[in-house]
Amino acid sequence: MWILVGLCLQYKAIHLFSSSSLSPSPSIVSLSKTHLINLRISFLSQKSPSSSSSSSSSSAMGSSVAAMGMVPDSKFHVLAVDDSVIDRKLIERLLKTSSYQVTTVDSGSKALEFLGYDPGNGSIPSVSSNHHHHHQEVDVNLVITDYCMPEMTGYDLLKKIKGSTALRNIPVVIMSSENVPARINRCLEEGAEEFFLKPVRLSDVNRLRPHMLKTKLKCDKLERTSEDHPDSSQSQALEQQQPREQEQSQPLLQQISTSLQDQDRIQSVPLLPTPPQEQEQLQLLPPTPPQQSNNKRKAMEDGLSPDRTRPRYNGITTMV
Amino acid sequence: MLGFRADRLRADMNRLLALLFHQGVLDEQFLQLQQLQDESSPNFVSEVVNIYFQESERLLKNLRALLIERDLTDYKKMGNHLNQLMGSSSSIGANRVRNVCIAFRANSEQNNRAGCLRALEVLEHEYCYLKSKLHELFQIEQQRVLGAGVRYPMQQN
Repeated sequence: MWILVGLCLQYKAIHLFSSSSLSPSPSIVSLSKTHLINLRISFLSQKSPSSSSSSSSSSAMGSSVAAMGMVPDSKFHVLAVDDSVIDRKLIERLLKTSSYQVTTVDSGSKALEFLGYDPGNGSIPSVSSNHHHHHQEVDVNLVITDYCMPEMTGYDLLKKIKGSTALRNIPVVIMSSENVPARINRCLEEGAEEFFLKPVRLSDVNRLRPHMLKTKLKCDKLERTSEDHPDSSQSQALEQQQPREQEQSQPLLQQISTSLQDQDRIQSVPLLPTPPQEQEQLQLLPPTPPQQSNNKRKAMEDGLSPDRTRPRYNGITTMV
Repeated sequence: MLGFRADRLRADMNRLLALLFHQGVLDEQFLQLQQLQDESSPNFVSEVVNIYFQESERLLKNLRALLIERDLTDYKKMGNHLNQLMGSSSSIGANRVRNVCIAFRANSEQNNRAGCLRALEVLEHEYCYLKSKLHELFQIEQQRVLGAGVRYPMQQN
C-alpha cells in the first residue's frame, strides 16, 4: 500500500514541477530519494506467510538496505512480558510467526533484569545511549508488556524504561484485556507506542515493525552524526520530541488513516531535508486504508475496539 | 477406502466445531489459535489448550476453597483468580466460560456469597462441557492424522 502511495506522490510531484519547466529540479531529486527510502521501508514491512521464506527474502532485502546503511540483516528481537502462561505462549507464537526473535519473561522485574537496567543511570546523560555495548546487556528492539501484572504493572515497567537513558529509545507496547480509556491515555502519554486489546492477534503484531524500524533508523543516524556533533544526546532528545510534536500540531493528520500516519512518522526522521511542499502533499492524498488498520487508540474514543465486531460481553451486564 | 474415512473425520471435526461456535462455547479467537498452528508448530493448539486446562482446574479449586471459607471469605483474592481465568479463557476463545467469569466477578464485588456459589456451579459445569468437547475435537484430529500416516505406505503396494 505504501508503494502505491509513494508512486502517487511521485506522479503528483512531477505534475507540479513540470509546469516550472526546470529539469531536473533539486526538489524532485530530494523527493524521489525519500520515496526510495519509503519503498525500501515498505518492502521490509511486508509480512511473509511462512518463517522460512521470510528469512530468506528479508535477508535479500536486508543486504540491499544494509548497503544504504539503514537496517542490519539480523532479525528484530522482541521482549514479551506477561504473567499469564497462556498469553506468553500466544504472544511468543504470534511473534515467531512474524519472524521475530522472541524472549518471554513473566514479570516486570525480570524484564528490567534482562534489559540490563541500571537504576543508577537515570540522571547521567550519555553520548550514544543506543549502543548496546555501553549499557544494555542484550539488543532488544521492542518491549511488549501486559498491563495487569502483580508487583510491577506494565505501566510501571513503561515508566522505568522511559526513565532510563540506556533504555528509553526502546519502543514499548502495552497489552490489556480491558478497554479503559483513561488507562490507554496514561500509557500513551508516558511514551507507549501502541496499546493492544487482548486477545492480541496477528493483525496487531503486524503493526509493530514500523516502530522497530523507526528506532533503528534513528539509531543509525545518530551513529553517523555522533562523530560530527559531540552533544548528540541533545539532538536525540529533540528527535524524540519531533514525532510527538508533529502529531499534535497537525490535526489534519487525525483524519487520515493510521497507515499514512505511520509513514509520516517514519518520514519525520530527517534523513534528508524535507521541503514543506512534500508534507502538504502527504496530507492532500486521499486515504486508502484497509479497514483493519484503524488505530487502536481510537478504542478510547469509540469505547469499542474498532476491528472487533463481536460484543465483548454477550448481554451480561457487569459492575466494573 | 482410507481416504473416505479421512474425509468423514474431517466432516466430524467441522461439524463439532460448527456446533461449538453456534452454542457460543467457542468464539473467533479459537480460529486464530488454529491459524497459528503450522508445520513449525504442529501441536500448538493442543499445547495451549492443555496449559489452559491445568491452569483452569487450579483456579477452580482455589475458588471453591475460598467460598467454603464462610467467615473470612476473601473476595479480593476471588476477583484475582477470576481475572486470571477470564484472561486465559478469552485468549483461547472459551467464550461461555469467560462470560460466566464476568457474572461471577460481579457477584464477588458485591460480596454476594450465595451469588458466587451459584456462579461457581455454572462455571464448573461450563468448564467441564468445554473440556469434554475439546477432548473430542482433539481425538478426531488425532485419528485423522494417524489415518493420514497409515494411508501412504499402503498406497505404495
